[in-house]
Amino acid sequence: MDQTGQAYWSAVLGLLGKILAIWFLVSFGAGILFADALNGIKLGGYPLGFWFAHQGSIYIFIALIFYYAKAMDRIDRKFDVHE
Amino acid sequence: MDLQTMTYLVVGASFALYIGIAIWARAGSTSEFYVAGGGVHPVTNGMATAADWMSAASFISMAGLISNMGYGGGLFLMGWTGGYVLLACLLAPYLRKFGKFTVPQFIGDRFYSKTASTVAVVCLLTASITYIIGQMTGVGVAFSRFLGVSSEMGIYIGMGIVFAYAVFGGMKGITYTQVAQYIVLILAYTVPAIFISLQLTGNPIPQLGLGSDMAGSDVSLLQKLDQVVTELGFGKYTTTTAGSTLNMFVYTLSLMIGTAGLPHVIMRFFTVPKVSDARVSAGWALVFIAILYTTAPAVAAMAKMNLIGTTNVAAMKGGDMYAPESSLKAEERPDWMKRWEKTGLLKFEDKNGDGRIQYYNDKTKDAAVKAKAEAAGWKGNELTVNADIIVLANPEIALLPNWVIALVAAGGLAAALSTAAGLLMAISAAVSHDLVKGVFKPDISEQGELMAGKISMAIAIVIAGYLGLNPPGFAAGTVALAFGIAASSLFPAIMLGIFSKKMNKEGAVAGMLAGLFVTLVYVFAHKGIFFIKGTEFVDMIGGANSFFGITPEAFGAVGALVNFIVAFVVDKMTKEPPEHIQALVESVRIPRGAKAVDGAH
Repeated sequence: MDQTGQAYWSAVLGLLGKILAIWFLVSFGAGILFADALNGIKLGGYPLGFWFAHQGSIYIFIALIFYYAKAMDRIDRKFDVHE
Repeated sequence: MDLQTMTYLVVGASFALYIGIAIWARAGSTSEFYVAGGGVHPVTNGMATAADWMSAASFISMAGLISNMGYGGGLFLMGWTGGYVLLACLLAPYLRKFGKFTVPQFIGDRFYSKTASTVAVVCLLTASITYIIGQMTGVGVAFSRFLGVSSEMGIYIGMGIVFAYAVFGGMKGITYTQVAQYIVLILAYTVPAIFISLQLTGNPIPQLGLGSDMAGSDVSLLQKLDQVVTELGFGKYTTTTAGSTLNMFVYTLSLMIGTAGLPHVIMRFFTVPKVSDARVSAGWALVFIAILYTTAPAVAAMAKMNLIGTTNVAAMKGGDMYAPESSLKAEERPDWMKRWEKTGLLKFEDKNGDGRIQYYNDKTKDAAVKAKAEAAGWKGNELTVNADIIVLANPEIALLPNWVIALVAAGGLAAALSTAAGLLMAISAAVSHDLVKGVFKPDISEQGELMAGKISMAIAIVIAGYLGLNPPGFAAGTVALAFGIAASSLFPAIMLGIFSKKMNKEGAVAGMLAGLFVTLVYVFAHKGIFFIKGTEFVDMIGGANSFFGITPEAFGAVGALVNFIVAFVVDKMTKEPPEHIQALVESVRIPRGAKAVDGAH
């Protein structure tokens, strides 16, 4: 792979790392591993850990995908590999 | 108008709509049959993907299971949505760039081997057929209630309709039909939820209602529910996990990577025009899915509340739940119970002969509950409600108008039909395109290929229907097994194909086989060989859930790990893939130069 190609791919992997870190934190983190601790906090009538497992993580997943699509478009253009 | 007539009317009208669209968009060439000619807008595609994705498991079964499981049921919610993040960033855009019809084709080309693509076909068929078994269970439930027949009869009727439906359309027909189905099913899901949320909390938005106070009190719905269910010996609703925390963790992970590895979902992203569209399309799909998935937990909790409230008047009004007059008199039980009794999915048995229905957890470990039940003369739980009927019965339990109940029946059928059709497409593509044309008979005519596809659909449906009569679990549980199989076999191979330039055919094939094998052994040990009752061999693997207490539905993540490890080890011991394959991987990683999907080998 040439230099630009490599730089492009490492930019992509960097973005993926960030996205997947948040993906993991909200679902496996807040929704499962730390759910008990978070349940002490209330969000309206929701215990917070329960809310992450049953509601919150889903909203954040959606935001993540749209953010990813936008950021990828930016990276594609920067390295001039867009369609 | 009575309920039965209304149901026929609404279901009939929805079917007429789908068939009308299917005729209007009839597929001509093979390319249109499989990928709708590659020209579907991302939002349209997202909506169709959502309908394809949300099956009988999501629509009919999931909320019922969450209702039973409480907090632990969140694994379905997170698992079946979180997978889209993986799909959008790890697979969809690259597979779209690769530009072929099917997943086995990608695996065959990337790993430069017919063995690899044949193994992928085997994995795909195992996962898809297991998935359809779950659908048929759900179809059986929906039809049995809708036509007032037993659930077995419901499955036979469903088999016929699903088959006629899938053979007829092809992907293009299916894409537009699925948009219509999405609209029907999402209305059918949210309308009753809005009514019920209003009734219970005064808030019309179910997502907010679940976090609100009970109407006319300052106790929150979840708090009230926690109190009522623990009083009756069930686990606390907001904290009961699914098995252990570890089990819940790997279960969620299995569903997520299974989502990203399921061929009929991946295929959807071959239908958009550009690579960037594939990314956005996954986001739109998740938006449309989330409307149902964020409503489901509200449906689950509220149905539980209403079910307990129906059988025990003290639940809502307060007072002693164990007082004799609190339990519902059997002869005064509502009509919906009688209607569901006919299907055999709801049963009432007056164990203590007092003419009243006691609904509680008689297997509770809570000594106080046991003592109270005994003192009240309760001789065991008298009402069994199959989890798969909760959503369909929900509007009836809440005494909503007949048109709402009819709409839900139409929605349930739409969900089951659309997914079964999508799966049959994936199966037929794999058999006719990847196996018959790709391996056995490369010179087959386009017509012969279509015919082979249709025959394989018919066989798949008969197998799934037969096994659906004796399902290995509730619809959503069976579907979870399918995800485990996809997670352990296909996902790692696809991912390695994109993200590891040096992965070779030996590694990929060994990985897929190892992942599939360990997962199937663990699943079959619990559920019977090929899900045939009586062939379980759970003792041979050291008892039920012997691997760190992980249930077979959750085992896919472990299988995937095995797949990755085996693939890397074998890869290190064998020689590198040829230059042109490494160049291919590089080109797949870059969006520029994507062309329309074609089927040529």
